[in-house]
Amino acid sequence: MKITQRALAGTVESSDCMVMLLPAEELSIEIDSIVKQQYGHVIEKLVRDMLKKFDVTAGLVKIQDQGALDCVIEARVETALRRAGKEAKA
Amino acid sequence: MRRSMLFLPGNTPNIIMNADVLGADSVILDLEDAVAPNQKDAARILVRNALKTMDFAGCEVIVRINPLSSGEWEADLEEIIPWGPDVIMPTKIGSSQDVQTISACISRIEEKHHMEVGHTKLMPLIETARGVENSFHIAEADPRVCAIFIGCEDLTADLCCERTKEGHEVFYARSRVVCAARAAGIDVYDTPFTDINDDEGLRKDSEFAKGLGFSGKACINPRQVDTVNAVFSPSEEAITYAKRVFQVIEEGKRMGRGAVALDGKMIDKPIVDRARRVLEMAELIQKKVTVHE
Amino acid sequence: MSKLVSSLTEAIQKCGLKDHMTISFHHHLRNGDYVLNKVLDAISELGIKDLTVNASSIFDIHEPILKHIKSGVVTGLEVDYMGQTVGEAISHGALAKPVVFRTHGGRPAAIESGRTPIDVAFVAASQSDEMGNCTGKYGKSACGALGYAMSDARCAAKTVVVTDDLEPYPLQGFSIPETDVDYVVAIDAIGNPAGIVSGTTKITRDPVGLKMADMAIQVIQASGLLKDGFSFQTGAGGASLAAAVFLKDLMLEKKIKGSFVMGGITGYLVDLLESGCFRNIMDVQCFDMKAVESLAHDPRHMEVSASHYASPTAKSSIADQLDVVILGATQVDTNFNVNVHTNSRGIIMGGSGGHTDIAAGAKLSMIVAPLSRARMSLVVDRVQTISTPGSTVDVVLTQRGIAVNPRREDLQVQLKKAGLPVVSIETLKKTAEEINGIPEPLALGSRIVAEVEGRDGKLLDHIYEVL
Repeated sequence: MKITQRALAGTVESSDCMVMLLPAEELSIEIDSIVKQQYGHVIEKLVRDMLKKFDVTAGLVKIQDQGALDCVIEARVETALRRAGKEAKA
Repeated sequence: MRRSMLFLPGNTPNIIMNADVLGADSVILDLEDAVAPNQKDAARILVRNALKTMDFAGCEVIVRINPLSSGEWEADLEEIIPWGPDVIMPTKIGSSQDVQTISACISRIEEKHHMEVGHTKLMPLIETARGVENSFHIAEADPRVCAIFIGCEDLTADLCCERTKEGHEVFYARSRVVCAARAAGIDVYDTPFTDINDDEGLRKDSEFAKGLGFSGKACINPRQVDTVNAVFSPSEEAITYAKRVFQVIEEGKRMGRGAVALDGKMIDKPIVDRARRVLEMAELIQKKVTVHE
Repeated sequence: MSKLVSSLTEAIQKCGLKDHMTISFHHHLRNGDYVLNKVLDAISELGIKDLTVNASSIFDIHEPILKHIKSGVVTGLEVDYMGQTVGEAISHGALAKPVVFRTHGGRPAAIESGRTPIDVAFVAASQSDEMGNCTGKYGKSACGALGYAMSDARCAAKTVVVTDDLEPYPLQGFSIPETDVDYVVAIDAIGNPAGIVSGTTKITRDPVGLKMADMAIQVIQASGLLKDGFSFQTGAGGASLAAAVFLKDLMLEKKIKGSFVMGGITGYLVDLLESGCFRNIMDVQCFDMKAVESLAHDPRHMEVSASHYASPTAKSSIADQLDVVILGATQVDTNFNVNVHTNSRGIIMGGSGGHTDIAAGAKLSMIVAPLSRARMSLVVDRVQTISTPGSTVDVVLTQRGIAVNPRREDLQVQLKKAGLPVVSIETLKKTAEEINGIPEPLALGSRIVAEVEGRDGKLLDHIYEVL
């Protein structure tokens, strides 16, 4: 499934993360994080797993992370995906 | 034991992360008033994930859901219930029917997720004139109801009166809900004190509530927690007295006496019950302080 | 005779400033300082190059120094503290020679011993007479104490006072005497008052900060140090000010009369003086208007030099008289070493200031900081930069537990007895990792961009280039 509509979730406050979804032909993830060196890989894996769970195969996912914990990043990605009309696979 | 219940906004990761260190016996993760209408979805997902992953060591978690009129409450429950919050706080409860509607929905979700049906407790928030008048029926509406909680901000609006610090306007309502809860054999919690900079006012208001029979009080700011905890903790004198009550009972048993007296006063069942509650609470507080390594 | 000269350029020329020399500045005008930038501009126009700038601190307003580094006017930098704007450029290798970081006590010690000679000291002063008796206490650009300028003025080969309020000789209430001064320059404005001091400093509203402040006061109480004659220092940030407020309530309640507070002075510490909790304030630097007012008018509030404050080579210093200090940290390691120099990306955004000095001097030095900030754990295996050695740190206090340095077993016993949540530093580290996950190590370049000296002037650590 492709991302067909823009969606936004989260904030840029400390310990939060903002997720933006944009329609695109291919799947790509852009991560900007104040802890990218320390947790960049963890964040990317987390986002990829979420996209898989929601069966997203194409779209641009932009993450602007202010040091959010995994459960917060997951919540913001899920919120954005649902706002874009996506549902998790059963 | 819930001396203090601290409201925390449900959509603020930074605050939720530290919910368990703020000293409150319970935290109320709020999906209602503290969350903007267009962020309800985000908040319930965030609170759900927090329940899923965080420990909240030694701190009870209550989730306040949106009112029946909102069209959000069922979605709140769908997300939250499977992750086992200790208590759900439904808002603007006006009748026993309201409670039963919510309880039935929770039962469906519990069943769907193979949870023990009835596991999730309810603490209805009474904040309308109708709710106050129906408070006994609300307290008795369902086995899930573990306590009721009065919210005087919305209530005064409904009563068409001004909310004052002295609180004369809500004296009847507070007394009424205490009586209703006690008649139903459950706990009852008092409205928060809204001036976060008036510690003396908070202390007085808490002492007044304790005097009416409330089990504890809600806080809207972490700064209020210590004062509320202090007021609703048993005093040193009360603990000493309670210990003496059990001492004389023991002595009486040894001497084969049926009735015993302390300081010239007969010890009857209400005194024993109260002494037991005091000691149980003192023990819980002691545990809370020494929960560390 | 008058020492008044017409311009900064004339003063620079009269001082005989030449290539390869060292000039110095103080940071009492903080993020409102115009003087450092104006002097460097004037020097640059004169074509003088290859200078070392020895400044007690560099703030974001000093960003133009980067331009002078690029053009070769400035080739060496020695500071006690550096804000992130210049710090970021330095971390990315803007300066060929490593920056030298000292402590607020180590700097005057190095100046006075002749180890770091200053050729020309530029002393911004909000009032001066034409012979150079000057102060920061009065005038439109008042900044309060001039503690960090005093060794510079006394020891530099030449000293230039830069003021925007020239008063008739002799200036009443001078902080630096004419005996130290060679030239006086009057300019329109030495700084922007809005950046010099904040109107008011406010205590934190962050619930975790308040919680930690409350815990910190309990630690002080449990330590047994809180009695008549008590002395205290705290920073201006986060939980520190809240701790000062809670301390006031406790001292009033217990009727304890302290001897002095040291600082970095804010209005909250002035409150401690005015409410009778302490007999005196020892002030090396003012953080807000209330502190400036108090220093100007209350004789109990005394101005001291950086050397008097914290020099390890002075015959004695205030730092060594302190009972309790509350300090911040960006990182602490399991050996109790503290980092206040670099952030999560390894970029310079601070410095020891007085941190290292008072940690060494005080009977109880307590780090107060949240266990996790934006997914960065406070407690790690090895701090990115050692700013303050762990051997001088007694307590690390977080909202999730208090660790006591094992060499302070006495204190550990006291805190446990008081029912405080004492845990090992390893437990704190583990708790932080459970919250945040285990971080990948920071990958840095191999080039050294800064050297951190301990208060004794010996090398404590290196700061590496950020790629």
